[in-house]
Amino acid sequence: MTEAAPKTLYEKIWDAHVVERREDGTCLLYIDRHLVHEVTSPQAFDGLRAKGRRVRRPDLTLAVPDHNVPTTRRVGDNGRREPVLDRRSAEQLAALEGNVREFGVPYIPDIAAEQGIVHVVGPEQGFTLPGTTLVCGDSHTAAHGALGALAFGIGTSEVEHVLATQTLWLKPSRTMEVRVEGDLPFGVSPKDLILTLIGRIGTAGGTGHVIEYRGSTFDRMSIEGRLTVANMSIEAGARSGLFAPDQRTFDYLKGRPMAPAGDDWRRMEAYWRTLATDEGAAFDRQVFLDAAEIAPSVTWGTSPEDVVPVTGRVPDPDSFEDPAKRAAARKSLDYMGLEPGMAMADVAVDHVFIGSCTNSRIEDLRAAAEVVRTRRIDPRIKQALVVPGSGLVKRQAEKEGLDRIFLEAGFEWREPGCSMCLAMNPDRVPAGERCASTSNRNFVGRQGPGARTHLVSPAMAAAAAVTGRLADVRELVG
Amino acid sequence: MNGVTRVEGRAIPLGLRNVDTDIIIPADHLKTVTREGLGAHAFETIRAEPGNVFDDPRYSGAPILIAGDNFGCGSSREHAAWALLDLGIKAVIAPSFSDIFAGNAFKNGIVTVALDPAAVDRLLEIAQDQSLAIDVEALKVTAAGESFTFTLDPFRRECLLKGLDEIGVTLEAEPAIADYEARAPMLGWKPAKPSAERRLGLRFG
Repeated sequence: MTEAAPKTLYEKIWDAHVVERREDGTCLLYIDRHLVHEVTSPQAFDGLRAKGRRVRRPDLTLAVPDHNVPTTRRVGDNGRREPVLDRRSAEQLAALEGNVREFGVPYIPDIAAEQGIVHVVGPEQGFTLPGTTLVCGDSHTAAHGALGALAFGIGTSEVEHVLATQTLWLKPSRTMEVRVEGDLPFGVSPKDLILTLIGRIGTAGGTGHVIEYRGSTFDRMSIEGRLTVANMSIEAGARSGLFAPDQRTFDYLKGRPMAPAGDDWRRMEAYWRTLATDEGAAFDRQVFLDAAEIAPSVTWGTSPEDVVPVTGRVPDPDSFEDPAKRAAARKSLDYMGLEPGMAMADVAVDHVFIGSCTNSRIEDLRAAAEVVRTRRIDPRIKQALVVPGSGLVKRQAEKEGLDRIFLEAGFEWREPGCSMCLAMNPDRVPAGERCASTSNRNFVGRQGPGARTHLVSPAMAAAAAVTGRLADVRELVG
Repeated sequence: MNGVTRVEGRAIPLGLRNVDTDIIIPADHLKTVTREGLGAHAFETIRAEPGNVFDDPRYSGAPILIAGDNFGCGSSREHAAWALLDLGIKAVIAPSFSDIFAGNAFKNGIVTVALDPAAVDRLLEIAQDQSLAIDVEALKVTAAGESFTFTLDPFRRECLLKGLDEIGVTLEAEPAIADYEARAPMLGWKPAKPSAERRLGLRFG
């Protein structure tokens, strides 16, 4: 018997989920976990209703409202649920509640402590597991790859397809190894790492690929840090980003409410340990970064690839060789209200947002609080929000007294949700104003029409809040 | 969904690279429970600029859009594809597309034509004053006597041409799906119901 060819983690998960394979390589892939939220699901449930179809496996599905929900109090002093004032948001939230009842889908309502951003809730509840295929009608589903799940965002037609069949037709992706070695320097976070990678390979750098993050930097990284990195794989163009499940993964998941227990756990853990990429397995593309060369980073433009170290300057559009890039950079700087050559650390900000599926977990809040402790937000800051990723993150932070640190410094301490990441709920940045944000996209109008976004880490956002500018966090701590 | 064999007419020469989903349809307009009516808000920020291509009478009612590389990057919102359809766009030509957008476009019968940057530049010129024709059967774009071939995944091409109901096709594989479930490595157990439901005494499931 010949020995099986070495396989990557991605190939192992893929192969374990093939229901049918067509001649051209397209596979019907089984989907183990499906997260549903209010924005990308109503038309999918409508499609099921129109054809008289049911949800095939409600038990593998979990619905949580997050995009539209206001981050202000949800239950008033009278014990009643506060109404959602935006009529269209209220309708969309009501549609989700109606749909989960009609189709029997497990649901975590906005007033439950377990509610939060789907990509925070999934791992936290143990719904996300290594070796699973996990989808959601949201591109940041890539985040779940931190736990070794093959996770990717899908459109609403695919949401309907998964609800009806628990499968998707897919062609295998190419594989990309992103290898980073060494310890992240002082003041540098996983967010800076992923921003640096996107700056290096560009927003289309990973198109058609699934990334596997490998190397000693990732081995030593916490699950929260890995979630931040995997989350922004999509900003590098890759639909998924993967980490091999390891002891950190198992320690994180064991005992979570929806994870297996007892004999089931032992059996699953033994299986998960077989998933790591085999020695000698080949990747279609490899990218190497040296952790020591990564600095606290900020974006200057309107694409997540527009990244410079905080010690850097706004680039001169004329310095780009490609005429399309030159034109895009000019347009970006015009929108962002920046001049070529300006020092990034001199750029004054009006708003600070700490939250989103990229950076709203307990470690993110701890890192930000560490910078804020004993300081106050700069008087020039118009609004500074801290929005925990889930009710459970919020509760844990309050237990640690982080809420007091933020409140005493002048931050607002909110209820969980997507908040100021995407301007679908009341939290937004007014036109022409500038925000240091721990979210994932600095697109034109992303945080509100005309809003100017600089993507940063939680510690850098905190540094911006207390100095009123895109300050280098390394000058404030240590 | 109806099949699409050919898209013919004027093309809007947008030409921008990295056209993200927030440019195609800003998040505020995703608060809808239907697929219709998004065209009015498509490319809102660009259409607010005086002299933009969408207001140019030459391209009024054009069924084709030509853009730069990495078209549709960003979110998975299928609203981007619905907004294009509502605007009357049935095909997009660009050097490259984001994976998720390309999938969403396909599900809605929008043809995504990836051509090399030089060909796209040439079509941007031609589109200024002439029509284009995209032949899905022959995988060819013709304009001004010139022709440019492109590739489509054979399965997607077939579905586009026949306008297949993909879920209907998949449900025919039901025995295979059930068989998979009986032997699947990940399905030996099911996730517990969310505790919030139990604790709050809510009955959603």
